[in-house]
Amino acid sequence: MTKTLIDVKDVTKVFKKQKTLDNLSLTIELGDRIALVGSNGAGKTTIIRCLLGEYTFDGEVLFDGMDPRKNREDVLGRIGFVPQIPPPLRMPVHDLVNYVAKACGTDTTQISEIATRMGLDIFEIEKKPFMKLSGGQKQKLLIAMALGRPCDLLVFDEPTANLDPAARQVLFDLLAERSDKSMIISSHRLEEVAALVNRVVEMDRGRIVLNDHVEDAVGTAGRLQCRVVISKYVEAFEKTISEWNFTSQDKMEWVGEVGGPDRLRFLGTLSRYVGLVKAVHMDEAGKA
Amino acid sequence: MAGLWLTAKLDISESLRAKWFFFYALIFGGLVVGLLVFGVTESRIMGITGLSRLLVTFIQITMAILPIFVLLSTVRSLAGDREAGVFEYLLALPVTLGGWYWGKFLGRFIVVFLPVFIAMFGSVLYGLVAGLDIPWFHFIYYTLLVISVSACFLGIGFMTSSLARSTDVSQAVAFLTWLLMLLFLDLILLGSIIKAHAPPETVIAIALANPLQTFRTASMMLFDPELILLGPSAYVILDTFGHAGYMAWSVLYPIVLGGLSASVGFWVFRRGDLP
Repeated sequence: MTKTLIDVKDVTKVFKKQKTLDNLSLTIELGDRIALVGSNGAGKTTIIRCLLGEYTFDGEVLFDGMDPRKNREDVLGRIGFVPQIPPPLRMPVHDLVNYVAKACGTDTTQISEIATRMGLDIFEIEKKPFMKLSGGQKQKLLIAMALGRPCDLLVFDEPTANLDPAARQVLFDLLAERSDKSMIISSHRLEEVAALVNRVVEMDRGRIVLNDHVEDAVGTAGRLQCRVVISKYVEAFEKTISEWNFTSQDKMEWVGEVGGPDRLRFLGTLSRYVGLVKAVHMDEAGKA
Repeated sequence: MAGLWLTAKLDISESLRAKWFFFYALIFGGLVVGLLVFGVTESRIMGITGLSRLLVTFIQITMAILPIFVLLSTVRSLAGDREAGVFEYLLALPVTLGGWYWGKFLGRFIVVFLPVFIAMFGSVLYGLVAGLDIPWFHFIYYTLLVISVSACFLGIGFMTSSLARSTDVSQAVAFLTWLLMLLFLDLILLGSIIKAHAPPETVIAIALANPLQTFRTASMMLFDPELILLGPSAYVILDTFGHAGYMAWSVLYPIVLGGLSASVGFWVFRRGDLP
């Protein structure tokens, strides 16, 4: 039997006489992994902020039967959140990680371990102000702080925006390890997050226009063995495909692995060189 | 309670790396050094010399620049953090709104108070080393005044940030608030009111309600007990309150005003949109 984790009932949010959320209702069950998609101004961030108890609104949002605004500690203690835009904090990484760990009742070691898996050594950057980190480093640290704490729901706003393919694959693996958790992943583009989720909710002008379940044969932890053959050597292609950790003996035939959820992004990259590509072959790794 | 201390520590950590804090600490540290270098301890005004003279000058300048500095830096950083998305992230962590708000207030108070106190304490240390008489009463009273002025204008700054949400509006409101208080100082508007034969009760009420006037009068009382240097309302205040009564008022009233303002700010903050 499914259990309702989040119940959004008739929520309307108005900013300067303009409805950002228009009588929106949505139920999210425990274990749902939702892609929240829609264009700019669709209301994705607003509904997330209502869920986090950050906005006031007409209607009702309940997390496991609790009002997030009135039960902040109980509700937010169970939600790991990664914002789209990293906050411009001047404090050193060490202070930020300590604050988050203490506020969320976790250990900095757990955060550090996840950061290490994502290719970020916290000890190396601990004295650096958070705002001086690169976009990718900030993203990795925010993800590590969200995943390195006990929670039932992960809320990610454009989580892969600043990550390289290797870090994205680690994120997909980390999310696969937490398949029992519910997730809301907000994105402008469905193809960015489609393989991470089992349900798609599309928003437009404050309303839900699509609410559907999706099936995917390649899970979040799946990998695809790839081979790409090109018709002539081009330096730009070599640079691009090397970023995906592909290797080649003759610079014409390239082989490597692509994370299952990353395959659309990979094919998107290849499409930039469509005139060069002679053959593309993709197999699920470990399968004949 | 844990959230309050955590947030206070976080705000201190954040403020220590802000440019405004660098200039703030530089101004007050430099002020004491400057006063010592230029031999203020050797000069004499109204019979006061030595370290008392230095402390009197220091507190006069402090009372002139601290309010506007605290107001503008507070509203700028709070409203700026909200606009930049700092609130969106940090308020998604499981900390109570009370712990967050009052933790920020406490952290900011420590950051505002300590540089001024350390500068004053530094001058006392210098006095001890140089063998000067240490005016302990002046030092303790001026420390209480700095606590009072910091709490007062931080409270007003926090309230302003909650009411006017954008950085631009917050800064404008903070500046206008300071300007309004400045206009109601003894020698400016209050003098005119008295000249126009306004009822003495009104004059006293305005002078007492204006924290800038309170600090101005209080900071002069120890070296000018008859308040000769001040305008007419100071005489009325002195006659009504007495010396000790006004000293107590000048410390307690601004703290209450700051506390009430910050409480109104918290009430507004917790009722509205957080980021």
